[in-house]
Order: sequence, then C-alpha cells, then structure tokens
Amino acid sequence: MNVSLTGMWQLFPSASEWAPRMDILFMGLLGVSLLVAFAVAVCIVVFGIRYRRGSSANRTPGDGSTMPIEIVWTTVPLAIFVALFVWAAVLYFKMARPPGDSVEVHVVAKQWMWKIQHPGGRREINELHVPMGRPVVLVMISQDVIHSFYVPAFRVKQDVLPGRYTRQWFIPSRIGSYHLFCAEYCGTDHSRMIGTVTVMHPAEYARWQETGDVGTSMAAVGRGLFMSRGCSGCHSSRSAIAAPLLDGIYGKPVALSDGGTVIADEGYIRDSILLPNKHITAGYSPVMPTFQGQLGEEEITQLIAYIRSLTFKPETSP
Amino acid sequence: MSEHATPLAHQFEEPVQQQEAATLGMWIFLATEVLLFGGLFLAYIIYREQAPLAFSEASGKTMLVPGTINTAILLLSSYFVANAVHLTALGRRREVVLLLLEAILLAMAFLIIKGFEYHHKIEEGLFPGANFHFAGTQARGVQMFFVLYFAMTGLHALHVAVGATILGVCAVKILFSRYPARLATMVDVSGLYWHFVDLVWVFLFPLFYLISHRS
Amino acid sequence: MSSFVLQAAPQAETPEPDYLTEGRTVGSWLFTTDHKRVGILYMLTITLFFVIGGMAATLMRIELATPAGDLMSSPAYNKLFTIHGVIMVWFFLIPSIPNVLGNFLIPLMIGARDVAFPRLNIASWYIFVFGGTFALYAILSGGVDTGWTFYTPYSSTYANGHVIAMAVGILIGGFSSIATGLNFIVTIHKMRAPGMTWFRLPLFIWAMYTTSLILVLATPVLAITLILVCLERAFGVGIFDPTLGGDPLLFQHLFWFYSHPAVYIMILPGMGVVSELIACFARKRIFGYRFVAFASVAIAVFGFLVWGHHMFVSSQSVYAGMIFSILSFLVSIPSAIKVFNWTATLYKGSIRFDTPMMYALGFIGLFTVGGLTGLFLASLAMDVHLTDTYFIIAHFHYIMVGGMVMAYLGGLHFWWPKMSGRRYPEVLARLSALIIFLGFNLTFFPQFVLGVMGMPRRYHTYPEEFQLLNVLSSAGASILAVGYVLPLCYLLWSLRHGKRAEPNPWGATGLEWTMPSPPPRDNFASIPRVTEVPYAYNAQAAETEIRSEEAIHV
Repeated sequence: MNVSLTGMWQLFPSASEWAPRMDILFMGLLGVSLLVAFAVAVCIVVFGIRYRRGSSANRTPGDGSTMPIEIVWTTVPLAIFVALFVWAAVLYFKMARPPGDSVEVHVVAKQWMWKIQHPGGRREINELHVPMGRPVVLVMISQDVIHSFYVPAFRVKQDVLPGRYTRQWFIPSRIGSYHLFCAEYCGTDHSRMIGTVTVMHPAEYARWQETGDVGTSMAAVGRGLFMSRGCSGCHSSRSAIAAPLLDGIYGKPVALSDGGTVIADEGYIRDSILLPNKHITAGYSPVMPTFQGQLGEEEITQLIAYIRSLTFKPETSP
Repeated sequence: MSEHATPLAHQFEEPVQQQEAATLGMWIFLATEVLLFGGLFLAYIIYREQAPLAFSEASGKTMLVPGTINTAILLLSSYFVANAVHLTALGRRREVVLLLLEAILLAMAFLIIKGFEYHHKIEEGLFPGANFHFAGTQARGVQMFFVLYFAMTGLHALHVAVGATILGVCAVKILFSRYPARLATMVDVSGLYWHFVDLVWVFLFPLFYLISHRS
Repeated sequence: MSSFVLQAAPQAETPEPDYLTEGRTVGSWLFTTDHKRVGILYMLTITLFFVIGGMAATLMRIELATPAGDLMSSPAYNKLFTIHGVIMVWFFLIPSIPNVLGNFLIPLMIGARDVAFPRLNIASWYIFVFGGTFALYAILSGGVDTGWTFYTPYSSTYANGHVIAMAVGILIGGFSSIATGLNFIVTIHKMRAPGMTWFRLPLFIWAMYTTSLILVLATPVLAITLILVCLERAFGVGIFDPTLGGDPLLFQHLFWFYSHPAVYIMILPGMGVVSELIACFARKRIFGYRFVAFASVAIAVFGFLVWGHHMFVSSQSVYAGMIFSILSFLVSIPSAIKVFNWTATLYKGSIRFDTPMMYALGFIGLFTVGGLTGLFLASLAMDVHLTDTYFIIAHFHYIMVGGMVMAYLGGLHFWWPKMSGRRYPEVLARLSALIIFLGFNLTFFPQFVLGVMGMPRRYHTYPEEFQLLNVLSSAGASILAVGYVLPLCYLLWSLRHGKRAEPNPWGATGLEWTMPSPPPRDNFASIPRVTEVPYAYNAQAAETEIRSEEAIHV
C-alpha cells in the first residue's frame, strides 16, 4: 500500500502552495463530474434493461407536465456550475497577483531553450533554482515565437510572448527537482524545450546564488550597458541633449506629451528603448533613436534592472 | 444565379417561394460578407487604439479629393442600380440596360481612381513591407495604417469588380431576354449586393480618409 | 405515420428508376444537382480524407509508444499532427454530418424536392474538392508544421513548409461550408412542406439549421484571418508579428472567434442525429422536444461568446477571462439539458438495441464524459494546469470522435437502407460498434491521466514516466483502427450482397421513411401535407405489436 502511494506521489508531484488548492478544486470538479456521469449511466443501464423491447414493464405514459423536471435539471446544474466558476475564478485571481516581496527571476524564451537570469547575476539555461517557502515571480519574454512556461508540479503555466512581458508566481513548497515544459507549440524541437526546476532550502539557495559564474548582478551588467550603448550620453544631468532623467522613475506615473500618463513598468521601459516614439514624455522632443535589433531581450532586461535599481540605492536589488 | 429566373425550377412549388428563397439567400450571403469585413474592422479598431497619433498622421497621407469623388461615384451608381431594379419589374428593357451600363462605367471609374491612388502610394514608398519608408516618428503605426488601408480597400475593390461583373451579366441577360420582367428577382438580388458594396465604402471612407487633423 | 399522405406505390412492371439508377454514367454523377447524389459525393470524399487523417494519427500513436523519437524525426512528427488536425477538422468533421447526412436528408425530412439552390449545392462540392486538393498538395509537397491552430508569429514567420498552400486550401474549403450553410438555411426556411411548422420539424433539422447559422457567421472570420496570415507570410507586412508591429493575440482572438463556434459545428449535427435514433429505437417521442430544440439554438448563440476560454494563460486580461469562463459554464447547460432529455426519453420506452442505437447510447456516454471534462477547462484556475496538455486532447476527442464520429456512424447505419437500398449485416455491425467503443476509451481515457500528470500536447518525445499510459493509448488506437475498418468493409459489401431494404425497415416516423428505398430523383410524387408532431411513436403500441407477432409464431 505504502509503495503504491509513493508511486502515485511520484506521478503527480505537488511542490508549490498552489498545488494543494488546485488539487482540491480538481477533486471538487471530479466529484461533480462523477456524480453526473454515474447518474446518467445508471439511468441508461436501468432503463435499457427494464424497458427493453418485449419486457413486461409498465409503460403507461405519465400524465404530468415535463416542465417541472426540465426546470430542475436546468437550474440545479446552473447553481453548481456558478459555484464551481466562483471557486476557480477566486483562485485564478490570486494566481494573477504576485505579492510585493517576491524573488524576481527573469526568463527569456527562444527556440528552443529557456534562458534564466537571477537578480544576483547568476544565469542558467533550461534550469531554474528557487528557494522553498518564498514567493517567486517569473518575468518572462520570448525572443521569437510564443512559448509557455509550464511546471506541472507547481500547477502553473503562462504563455511567454514576443514583444511583451508576462508574469507568473508561486511559492515552492517541497524540496526536489521537477519538470519544466514548454507547453505552447513552438516549432521543430518543441518537445525538447524542457528543463528542470529545483527547489532548495532558502539558505542553500542563498549559497547557490553566490557560487558559479556570479560576476555581477543584473543591475550592474545593465549599468555597464547603459554606459557602453550610449544611454548615459543623453539620460544624464551632465548631458547637453534634453532627455528625461531616469532616477526613481520605475513604477511611477510618467506624463506623456499627448496628455496621458503611463506607469513606468518593464513594458514601458522596454517600449521606450525599442520604440522610443510610442510614448513621448511631456516636455521632451522625440529625438531618441530606436535600439531595435541592437539589443537582445536579455540585455534589455539587464538595462531595466539597472534603471529599476536607480529607484533605491544601487546595490540593493531583492 | 440563373436558377432564380422563371420558369420555376423543379425544386420549387410556386414563384413566390422561388423569389423569396433567392432574396433570403442573398441576405444571408451579405451577413457572411459583413463578418468577412468584420475581422478587418476589428483589427482596425485595435491598432488605431494602440497608435491613435500615427493613424491620424497616416490618414493625412491619403488623397482626400479622389476619395471623395469615389464616394460620390459609388452613391450615384447605387442610385442607378436602384432605378434599374424598379424598372426591371416593369419590363422596360432599354432603360434598365442603360442604367446598368452607367453603373458599370461608374464602377470602372472607381477602380481606375483607386488604382491611381494605389500607384501614388506605392511611389511614395507607403506600401508596407520591405520597401516601406516614412520619415517621421510614427513610422510603425503609419505602416500598420497602410497595411489595413491596402487590405481593406483592396478587398473592397475586389468586391466592386465582382459586383460590376454581376451587373454586366444582368445587363446582357436582360438585353437578350424575351420577357425582361421575369428577371426581376435576379436584378433585385444583384442590386442588394451592389448596395452592400457601396455601404462598405461608406464606412471605409471616413475611417481612412477623414480621421486626420488636416489643417 | 398514417397521418402522412402516402403516394400510391406505382405498380409498374419494371421498377421506377431511383436516384441511384436514373443515370449510371460518371458524368451523371459529376454534373448532378440532386441533393442525394451530392450527399453521396461528399461521403466518398470525406471518407478519403478520414483515411488520410486516420493514417497520420496511427503513425503518431506508433511513434508515441516509446519516449524517444525513434521512428521519425521531430519535423516529421510535427507535420503529422498538423496533417491530422487540419484534415480531420476541416475536411472530415465539419463536412461529415452536415454535408453527407444533411444534404441527403434535409429535403426528404421537410418534404421538399431538393435544396433551394441545387447548383450551388454541387458547386460547394467542387469548391470543397478544390480546397482539399490544395491541402493535399501542401501535404505531398513537404507538409506544414504549424499545428491546425496556425498560431502567429510561428505560422506567419517561423514555420516550415507550404503554410500558404495549406491556408488557401482551408480558405477555399471554408467557402464550400458557407455555400452549404446558406443553402440549408434558405431550404429550411422556404422549402418546408405545407403543415411542416417549426415545431413539427425533426430535431435533426433544428440541429442542421443552427449548425448552418454558425457555418455562415463564423467561417468568414476564419477566411479573413487566414488571408491576413498569408499576407504577413508572403509580404512581410506586420499584422500579427510583434517585431513587425503586430499583435499575436489578435490572431488568437480572430482564430478562436471562428474555431470555438466551429467546435459546435462539430457536435450539434451529432446531437441532431442522436435525437432521431433515440426516439426511434425507444419508440418514444423525444422527452422535452422544445427544450432540446431550443438548446441547439442556445448552444449556437452562446457558442459565439466563449472563444476567450482558449486563452486563459495567453496573458489576456483576468477580467476578460472571468467573463469567458462564466459564459463557458453557461454554454454547458443546454448540452446537459440534451443529455438529460435523451436519458429521460428511454424511460417507459420500448427499447431495441440495433446498431444505430448502440452508437447513440455510446454517444451519450462519451459525450457526457467529454462535456464534463469541459467543465475542468472552463474553470479558470484548473485550466492553467490543464490547458495545452493531453487533458485537452482527450477532452475534445471525447466530443469530436466519441461524439461526432459515433453519431455519424450511427446515422450512417440508420439511414444506410434509405441511401443504398440495402441492409448491412447486423451482427457484424453491432460487433464493430462495440469494438469502436472499447478501442476509443482505451485510446483516450489514459490521455486524461497523462494531462493531469502534466504531459504537454504536441510532444514528439516525452519523459519516461509517461510511457505506460502512452502505450495503453497506442494499444487502444490499434483496436479503434480495426473498429473503423470493419464498417468500411461490410458497408461496401452490403452494396452488392446486402438484403434489399424495405421503405421503412426501422418502423420509424418521418417523411424520409414514407418513400421507397432508395428514393426517386424528385423525392415526392406530390408534396406531402404534414398534420402531426414529429416522433409520433407509441411504446405501448409497439409492445402490443410484438406480442401479437409472437402469438402468431407460437
């Protein structure tokens, strides 16, 4: 018995705080489904035997209206379905709202690999290391087609799109290694765009972050890019060209020349680097050149990490 | 289309049934056409919402005078076709054929003007794709505007050509028919199609030509 | 049935030519405008496509028997599932019941001599064949690896193969669907016999009417979407590719605005067939006729409002997701109503288990499983885990194969005597219905479990722990294949050797059973006048009849 339970456990690993909640929802749905399917099956079998042609069952037609029973089997499922909807929607809402104090990991998807950058600077390919018990947010973007970052053991999945950031979050709850799959068909080696997610003790995770090829943090690499790609030539108080200063801009509203405002999040900063004329900051002229084709998605996330770090003291990124 | 003509096709019991079937068929066909254009209108709404300034700027690049002339042309042609439908029922062969010919000539004028506009746009480098160039800050949005411009007006122009052909078939049939009044259903249904083509343009014209802040 | 005005059977020496014998040349078939012959032409064509799509599925299942990609390369596998999806969806399922049984039966059932536009009808077959030729060309000249969903920017920029040829093939096939849908709507509106009011229509006609509405209103959106994909792929103009300024989610919205209603094109006709079969073999009027009829309408209408439930993890807004989720739950209500009404129809019936009835009961069971698993996918959070896994694959195969194909085969057996004038071998037919039911469940039930375990769809290779269930599924597929080959053989055999069929072998009601089998070219010598509700069956009378027959034999 114990052996088979362990076997079952290995087939359906559950390693995030979403997993048990999702599994209860699954059981709820399964219960409703089994009930309905069982009822229908029993009716078909019983009627099939009892009223088979030539049987001596009583076939005198009833004289009641069919309306009451029609109303019952319309409204009862309706009530159950609405309850299921609410249950699932509430959970979905929670899954869509990452908490503020999360570990933020950047994911760049390309045909056919996952490239991961940790804020401390450590990078990995087709592997993701996360600390147990802490909320982890993945900020993801694709370099080419649509992919989907799927960790069955965490019960999370989110499409990774080209041209915009998507996020998903989870709290790992069990030490171990789990499958990472690409779940959106992305071409020839789609089925090999897989990897491993490793959940570690927080202390071990902290140690892990320090080892390996940890040269510089993402923000520091971004700072280097900011200098070498010429951003600092204009976006600086010493510059002769009028360009907005970026200190403290992250997460704040920016007034635009067309009268609107926009929150300076990752998507906005990425747009501003690649499509500088999409949003013109109020009071500035549209003179910034585009960096489309000159910066890869990873470099852009590093630049964003740097600009973000300007909000706080440079070396404190979570 | 010819099975709408009397004498009664074998599957029908009476002429009214045959005529109603033809008309209903055309209305349903027009519903499919609405949805065909509907996908493009949806794309227009989304991309204009994303880049309102660019669309306004790009709209300034369209040619207002030829566009307006074309609008007038199509409205006038619809008037001729409406008259033709009316007169067919009365069996007035000569007038009907003339009206249809006039409508076809107008359709050809529309296409020629449209071709002239296209030519001009391509010369200016506003045809989307590898050769697109637009000096200005909103080049991407402008390109999207012209993707939609060419797709939607192109699809519409195709419908104008098809519609003119249908009107031509009607004219020829009426010309050689012994009893033109019997072709009333055919002309009626063809007229419906033509009015639809006209109507689509009435939506396209403001969306592409009239949304800029021309000074 | 006595209330239908039956024409007097002509007592000629030589039998009147029926629609099959009134012309025997190839030309008489290729230039026919007879709705019955058009139906037969469609049947031959889609059988060919079913074989092609089925062979692709077979090769996929063989490959998936082992975790490694040892039978074929990844590109080959990717092309196979694309072929399977495209061919089965657009060239088999969508035309299956509507174009074969619908064409054959609609005029017969409503008391008309033909559809409203017979030439448009045969034209739609030519258009279909033309579109199919494009698709076959795309397959034979190297295939396409986009999957049947053609997601951008993969399809428009990165994909390998003749995407444009394939898309044009589907586009052309779409116009054939539009022509058929338009024809059916006008026919049902304008060609009904005197007295055939809307609530005297067989439920199959209601199903075909609502299916036609979807065909006519959804297909043009697919057409324009595919045109835009072709434009982007051919000219590099940006519509869906973000690097060219487009929005890939717009494609998904447009595609599913068509393809979700299209799912109902692939099930409503099956529901219509099952309503006919259940009523006939239970010898009862369908329980809650109006509810079943209006449920079809409700499904068609709500079906247009739920496309976003394919996009819960696509990054569409959570609020949009909520609306699509609740609407998806709502659209399942009319389907549930239908299942309950069919089941209730059996109550106090006089049930016979002929082959069509076996298919119909199989349909109810499999459709119920397919529908209930749909609830998992409509649930927002649950869908996050299950979407794009084998759970989805199993779910829609339960609907489309367990539902539509079972109903198609059931309908084919039920009306086979009418279409061919021959009876098929009953024992063999029951056996193959049983084989199909068992093979189907063995093939697809393990895939639910695989999905819950997290195996993504469209995977050529997979981790080893998924192997056991995949082997079960592949084993089931081989049984299923046998089950499908059997009817193909014995139905062909019956054309020559089957017993000749009487006009009404099932003792069924409905105008199509009042005429000879097979029917004459113009169906009705004089148009019947309908004075009675459909399904005027009487279980008690049926029992009494059996008793008296038994008494005679004793």
